[in-house]
Order: sequence, then C-alpha cells, then structure tokens
Amino acid sequence: MAEKIATREAYGNALKALGEKNEKIVVLDADLSGSTKTAVFAKAFPERFFDCGIAEANMTSMAAGMAACGKIPFISTFAVFGTGRNYDVIRSSICYPKLNVKLAMTHAGLTVGEDGATHQSLEDIALMNALPNMTVIVPADAMQAEGAVFAAAEIEGPVYLRFSRAKTPVIYPEGHRFIPGKADIIKDGKDAAIFACGVMVSKAMEAAAALSNEGIEAAVINISTIKPLDRQTVITYARKCGRVVTAEEHSVFGGLNSVISQCLSEEYPVKVKAVAVKDVFGQSGKADELMEYYALTAGEIVKAVKSF
Amino acid sequence: MENDKLSAIALRVRRNIIKMVNSASSGHPGGSLSGVEIAVLLYFEIMNIPSFSDENRDKFILSKGHASPLLYAVLCEKGLFPAEELLSFRRLSSRLQGHPDMKKLPGVEMTTGSLGLGIGAAVGMALSAKSDGKPNRIYCLCGDGEIQEGTVWEAAMAASHYKLDNFTLIIDNNGLQIDGDVAKVMSPYPIDEKLRAFGFEVVTAENGNCFDCLREAIGKLNDKNGKPKAIVAKTVKGKGVSFMENNASWHGTAPNEEQTRQALKELGEN
Repeated sequence: MAEKIATREAYGNALKALGEKNEKIVVLDADLSGSTKTAVFAKAFPERFFDCGIAEANMTSMAAGMAACGKIPFISTFAVFGTGRNYDVIRSSICYPKLNVKLAMTHAGLTVGEDGATHQSLEDIALMNALPNMTVIVPADAMQAEGAVFAAAEIEGPVYLRFSRAKTPVIYPEGHRFIPGKADIIKDGKDAAIFACGVMVSKAMEAAAALSNEGIEAAVINISTIKPLDRQTVITYARKCGRVVTAEEHSVFGGLNSVISQCLSEEYPVKVKAVAVKDVFGQSGKADELMEYYALTAGEIVKAVKSF
Repeated sequence: MENDKLSAIALRVRRNIIKMVNSASSGHPGGSLSGVEIAVLLYFEIMNIPSFSDENRDKFILSKGHASPLLYAVLCEKGLFPAEELLSFRRLSSRLQGHPDMKKLPGVEMTTGSLGLGIGAAVGMALSAKSDGKPNRIYCLCGDGEIQEGTVWEAAMAASHYKLDNFTLIIDNNGLQIDGDVAKVMSPYPIDEKLRAFGFEVVTAENGNCFDCLREAIGKLNDKNGKPKAIVAKTVKGKGVSFMENNASWHGTAPNEEQTRQALKELGEN
C-alpha cells in the first residue's frame, strides 16, 4: 500500500469524467470548490457549475429545484456543513420527495485535522442514515471514491457520499468495480470479523495482518454502503467468526456500529465491539495525532479483537 | 380572462378552502384565503401551462406550504382531480397532504411545508431553465411571516446573482402570523426596499385581493432586464369571510359546523 490519495481528489476527477459522459450533471458548491475539488469540474464545464456562496441551505434547496427539472445535481461542501446546516432542506426538499440530488461531502471525520471540532463531522452518517430514501456511501479509498461517483449518478434518488481530506492508502487496484449495497470481503478469516468503512478499512487490514502473525485469523469486510446495509454478509460473517468488531471514523452513535449492531441484534445476537469516537467532539491537531488520540488505530482494532 | 370569470373561480376556491378545512377539522384558512386572487390570476391568466407535463410550462411554487388548501382548490379548478377529492384533505392515504407533496399529487411542482425552502427550490428551477435557454417562468408565493426565515434571503441573493429575470417572487403581505402582527413578532419591513437592495425589480400591489391591481403590478415588471421580479401584494388574511378577516387566530384553526355555514353563506353558497 505505497500510494496515498485523498478520496476528495478522486471525487473531483471522477466528477469531471462523469460530466463528460452525462450532460444532466450539474455541480453546486458553497465557496469551497478548491477544497472539495469540484473546481476540477468547474474548470471543464463552467456552464454547469454554480457557486452558491456561503449559503449551504440555499445551495441544497436550489439543487432540489434543479433535480425537479431533470438535472442530476452534485452538491459539495465540508461534511459538517453539508449535512448539518442544511439538514431540514435535505429532509424536506430532497429525501421526502425523493429528488435526484447527490450530496458529495468532503472533509469528513477527524482527519480534517487542524481546523478542529467545528469542522470535524462525526455525526453525518447518523444524520443521513436516519432519512428515508437516502443511500449512504463511504468509499474506502480513491478507487472506490471514483466508482461511487459513477454509481451515485445511476441511483435514482438521493445519495450521500462521504469523502476525506487526508491522503489515505489506495487499497483497490485500478479498474476496481464498485458495487453499491455490496459489502466487500477484503480478507477472509474465521476467528473475528472486522467491519470497517472509509479510512478505517486500511487500518483494519493492518490490524488483521498483525493478528495473523499471532495466529488469529480476522476477516476484514469493507462496508462502503452503510445504507442499505448488506445484511446477508454481516450475518454470515458474524455466524462464521463469532467475534465482531466495527471500525469507523465517526461517532459511536448512529454510524456503522449502530447499523451492524441493529442488524445482528435481530438476526444473530453476538457481542459487537466498537472502534469509533466515543461521544466526544474532536479538537485541533494533525490528522494522525487525532486518530491516535481518539483511539482510531490498527492497534485499537487489535485490542478490540482480543478483548472478547 | 375577464374579471367576472376570475371572480367566479375565486369564489368557488374560497368555498372549497372552507369546506376542506372544515372537513379535516384542521388546516390553515387565513393564509389560504389571502392568496386566492394571486393564485387564480396566475393559473388562469398569467402562467403558460399547455399541460402539467409540458417541459416548458410555467411553474408555481407555494413556498408557504401551509396554504395547501388554496393550491388544491386551484388545481381542482384546473381540472387535475374531481372536487370530491378535496374532502380527502389531511386524511389517511390522501393525495392531498397537510402540506403539498409533489410525489403524491400531480400538478404540485414542489414539496413544501418547512418555511423558507420553497423559494430556494424555485430559484433552482429558474436557474435550470435559464441555463438551458428554456422559456419557463417560475412564480413563487411566500408569506410575509415566512420571509423571517434566513434562507429566503439566501435564495433572493442567488436569484439576483444569477440574473434570474424568469423568476417572480410574490409576497402575500397579509400582515399577520401565528403569534400576531408580523411587525410586532419580528418585523420584515420594509419588504420592498429589502428586496430592491437584494437586486429585485419590485412593485407593490396596494390591493392584493384585486385582479386589476395585481394585473397592473405584474404588467409593470420588465421581463428581460436581468433582474428577478417581486410583487409585494398587500392582502387581507381570511379575506372573504367576515369573522376571519384580519384575525390571526384563524391562521391555523378550522371553523366548526356553524362557522362553516356562516362562512359559506357569506361566500354566496346557499
């Protein structure tokens, strides 16, 4: 895993490629096009790019109106503003009427780094999960990010895409086919099942390698689509492994741990250990320092697997 | 259309608003009655709607979604559904939801209900039409209390920034909101000057319950100057029913049987 690319980078490039293929794609941003990488699209298709200024709620409303006219709007800003400030709009004007808007939000989670708690969204997956008609996708690397952009355009209805600021390891090979709604078994195993999403997938792989050295074979399952959840794979691996660990760069409430626990409590009740942010806000610091401080590391996953 | 024909439609619309709200024992009669002339003039004279599936049709967005009885009564007059269906308003499984649902009822251009959001969607529609070189005009009706929502002004800024002269905002300025006089609750005044400062071409209709007055106001607006349009229509909340007029307590209260009989009598129904 030598190469590192930020998923937001892959988003920007994929968006431009998508724009070349599909004229219905329009892109709206809220004064962060350089950071969210929608500027790549804006440069290629200035007539289909609309800066909405620092007005996230109205950007979201306008996207709803454009979708009602047959466009496929991708709207972008930081995840914390793009799911929080405009929540009412996403709920009432996009999800309720099931309009075809793609919410592609970047700078999610702690890996935003130095900007601190105001800019670190740790609740966005919870907010989006709770909305009927919403699909929630958290790509694990740049390859998946690219695939997810194209997949989102094919899905009829609202999609939330969660991207990161930080450069993270590329896990999948060139040409990886992203299938929405399908969990991906990256490494098989029988002793423990580690379900991970986003930047935590590569850490889960590190953890599994370390565990393997100690004779513990952990399966690593990438849950890149949180909603709808691939329940069958989750149940199969819980049955097979018995020990279940979840890993996410998100609050322990309402994200990956919640959906997996909910599924297993109904279908196959087992203990589920969470590697997640424990009901606290973040703070300023380097991305790696923060991941360490808030216990989102391969080492923590190893500890969780051994804690049963 | 001749005023007497429009007036006949407006009268039926008013009666239906009362009947719907009475039948549901809930709903918003005051702000539905204040906007009747505005909606009737738009749908029966101003807007170009060859059919509700025509891509180039003009669109009306009821941003003050609680005035859904007004929208439903007018869409019924346009022949989108039979009058009997009006009485399903707010009932389980009805297409006529408490607030308009574009996926349930054909003719509803945008789902609204959370105040301050319909206008942003309307601006998005106008921008979509403008950037595609399409002829659609987008009309949006906001309440004067609704414009206390900050998103209204975000949308106004965007309409002006993108030079949406195909967008017309109409403020139903009936002067009352749930807690009372808008000027006392949280004054939005001066509405016209605020909109002008946001880059709108603004005219005031001194009597927003008068077809001639509204027609004259719309006629003053210049279509092709790169500016979004606004009409501040001074209306009467509860217009047409004496005991509801200018009374904030009829914002979201349904008339009982006796009050309904009285209202319908005043509206010329025997």
